[in-house]
Amino acid sequence: MTPQQEAAAVVDAVLADLPRNRGVVVDSPPGAGKSTLVVRAAGHIAETGEPLMIVAQTNEQVDDLVERLATEHPDLTVGRLSASGYVTPGRVLALPNVSVAGKLPDLGDPAVVIATADKWAWIGDRTWPWAIVDEAYQMRSDKLLRIASLFERSLFVGDPGQLDPFSIVDGERWAGLSWDPVQSAVSVLLRHNPDLPVHRLPVSWRLPASAAPVVSEAFYPFTGFRAGTEHGDRSLELTVNGMRTSYDRALEEAAASGWALYELPSRHTVRTDAEAVQAVAVLAVRLLQRAPVAHSERGSHRVTADRIAIGAAHRDQVAAIRAAGVPEEITVDTANRLQGREYDVTIVLHPLSGRRDATAFHLESGRLCVLASRHRHACVVVARAGIPELLDAHPSAEPVQLGVPVKFPDGWEANQAVLAHLSKHRVAAH
Amino acid sequence: MSALTALAQLRAIRDGIAQPITTVRHCHLAPHPMVFIPLRLAGEAAAPMGAMVGTDPGHPRLLVVPQPRNRDLRFAFTAELAEVVLPYIEGFGKTTETIEKKGGEPYERCLDAPQILVPNPQAVTFVGLLGRSTRFRRVDGPYPVHPSVPLLGRWLTYFADRSQHPGSSLLLTATEALGAHWATGQSGLEDANLAALLGWIDPPEGMTGPGAAEEAEDPLLWPPAGPATDPGFDNEVLGPAVRAYEEAPTERAVERVAQALRTQLEPTWRLMWRSVELLRALPEGARVKDRWDVDRGSFTRFLERVTEGGPPQARRDGAVGAAARLAGLERARASYDVQRAYDDPLVMAEYRLTGEAFAGTVTAADPEHTEGEGRSRKLRPLITVRTEDQVRLTPGATVGSPDRRGHAAEIVEVVDGEVTLKITKGMGRGRTPSPGSVPEPGERVTYTSLTDDFQSSAALPDPELTPWTHGGPPQEYVPSDEDAQEEWS
Repeated sequence: MTPQQEAAAVVDAVLADLPRNRGVVVDSPPGAGKSTLVVRAAGHIAETGEPLMIVAQTNEQVDDLVERLATEHPDLTVGRLSASGYVTPGRVLALPNVSVAGKLPDLGDPAVVIATADKWAWIGDRTWPWAIVDEAYQMRSDKLLRIASLFERSLFVGDPGQLDPFSIVDGERWAGLSWDPVQSAVSVLLRHNPDLPVHRLPVSWRLPASAAPVVSEAFYPFTGFRAGTEHGDRSLELTVNGMRTSYDRALEEAAASGWALYELPSRHTVRTDAEAVQAVAVLAVRLLQRAPVAHSERGSHRVTADRIAIGAAHRDQVAAIRAAGVPEEITVDTANRLQGREYDVTIVLHPLSGRRDATAFHLESGRLCVLASRHRHACVVVARAGIPELLDAHPSAEPVQLGVPVKFPDGWEANQAVLAHLSKHRVAAH
Repeated sequence: MSALTALAQLRAIRDGIAQPITTVRHCHLAPHPMVFIPLRLAGEAAAPMGAMVGTDPGHPRLLVVPQPRNRDLRFAFTAELAEVVLPYIEGFGKTTETIEKKGGEPYERCLDAPQILVPNPQAVTFVGLLGRSTRFRRVDGPYPVHPSVPLLGRWLTYFADRSQHPGSSLLLTATEALGAHWATGQSGLEDANLAALLGWIDPPEGMTGPGAAEEAEDPLLWPPAGPATDPGFDNEVLGPAVRAYEEAPTERAVERVAQALRTQLEPTWRLMWRSVELLRALPEGARVKDRWDVDRGSFTRFLERVTEGGPPQARRDGAVGAAARLAGLERARASYDVQRAYDDPLVMAEYRLTGEAFAGTVTAADPEHTEGEGRSRKLRPLITVRTEDQVRLTPGATVGSPDRRGHAAEIVEVVDGEVTLKITKGMGRGRTPSPGSVPEPGERVTYTSLTDDFQSSAALPDPELTPWTHGGPPQEYVPSDEDAQEEWS
């Protein structure tokens, strides 16, 4: 089967399962067409004439969905519920079939209503026959508890490899409970309803052939996927010549192979490691100066600043990188906020760079998975040397809780796997 | 660990004495707290061996279980403990005040609440387990216990649960309370030893912190603060004493066990009251009282529940209960972090280092500045602050200030150490700002993106309406003789 046929077969199976079950879960690896599936399923349900509610997790995700849904189904009426303080972006205002309001009655009676889970929790007096919950693995189960009585049947879509939801407080008290409120909505749903069908999208359209096997093996060890394109289908061309600096060589390595590890000398540093932050910023600026052009199955285009993203683990690192003089149009953000986003080239500050310990936060496989799977062409990782040794010194020693299902992948192992691959694309800082 | 705490630790090593990491005390300290030092039988999770308890440093009450494998003796111990603890707790229910609530019924709140101090987090775990093993016991049927036993069990459970609440002071541990105010030159694991921690903070005359801490490692000089006892003591002193009681359960045999335990508990008793003195010497933070008010409210509600004869706390949280508790904990955590920073310039300094706060001098002010026209015209005074701090706040960010309550501003611009702010709240209702509400040129100010401005979370369903995604409605609770059974017992 071609990748296209394989993916289409899964989507058909999902749509066929929808009316037969109270809930259907679809696992989607990075860039496997999750939004396409949501839009398709929304259209499918809307055709039956029954109202549909869609739940997403952040305002950006809601706006993205509204835009895609309204553009691909121009005769569908879409309502967007928003909280006070939300400023409707121009791209949503420009859509003729979309209405925006803070209260349900003010929307008119659209076929589809979309809002964040937080907003839905305040809508109490109506039941929808259908719901679609997007990014359901990002959603904490206590949020699902607040909205689950709003719908009769639901499609849950999400990426199990991304960051688990988190809490600022210790949730150990509930570990092992089937309704543990800090677990993801999908794990709680499946523990109470183990018979629900779970489908898996098999092809990543975003990740290039150079990245899909790496990400698949490291982060989806038992539920692999493949790239939708072949090695020759995509390439990144740097149209301006370099000057053989280590920055240039790192960018050339990334353009040629899809990966580069820009390695700074080993050192313990504070979180906002000035040298690493500087390297990230210079790489970004240099990349733009090299005037990259991306060739892919969609044709060729110049890689502009808005097609580049910089990812880091912490907000203060993001702020420091921003302050180091990165062009305004380049996205700089934490892994949490880059979830679900797609760029041509990404530059990543490795979460373990310069650290003297490896905490559960930094070892969480989802964090690295998000950072290493946002790109269509190439990913440059900036890190200090010595991370494999750091990992060896900090084997995961989290206590094992009774009644908690074992989770794969193991963050420690996933980190080692990615580093092992990156070591083949190492460029030492001069 | 934050950069400032790491620095304080290095200084502690250099100077050989613990360094303060706060300028004020961030926990409430009652005038007459109850100190409770439990000991348990080695190898058992919740079998009490003995305890020292009381509110008067000069008159501790020693309670012992001469044979902790005997369950009747254990529950006799719990009943004896209840004689000390319950009157102390219930004494606070006598005087109440009436609180007027905006848009709600006025309610009663106890004027003060009990405070229990234990040596370390393990003691809190023990309090919780002792509560769990006693709160489901019945006063009739098989193996009846004294009515005070299940009642104490519910209170112990309440205190242990409440101690997980960030910022709550109803049940405090000495090691955590001291550790939140001083940094020592030893590891976190070593700080969990109360004697070693106090050695660093308050070494005896003529000794350095590290010297005192080293001495504290000798269990003969400084017995462990519990609940686990020293294995050497178990084998050589306690074991023979318990065996002697087993052979001849006389008054003398009981006294022998009590003597043995007294040697283990008395040093810790003194350390506990020394900790109280040290903490009391610190000035109290401005918002500690607010948090204690919340504690008092929580205590009053639980007291009412007990008085009305509600059922004991469930062994596990239900789906709705867990989500509600999580929301409460998260809110308390966030608000505690903000309040600590607002109360304490040294804590705020951490946020200044990470760029989430800045301090500086006002260089210009336009207190009459307005925005909008006609009826939507709003007073939006502008100020400019010169700062040496690295500011990592972006235009549009909302900031608050510890200098003025109810004050809020928005960052307009950050250029080369000059921050322009637009004040949005806390200027009164007039056309011009009320006096003192807008910082004047020359004034030293601090602003931070940490604000105590939370959105309350949406309502949860009633437990009877738990949806299918979370297992559906739970079964109704019917008390039974099997309640006290544990799956593993």
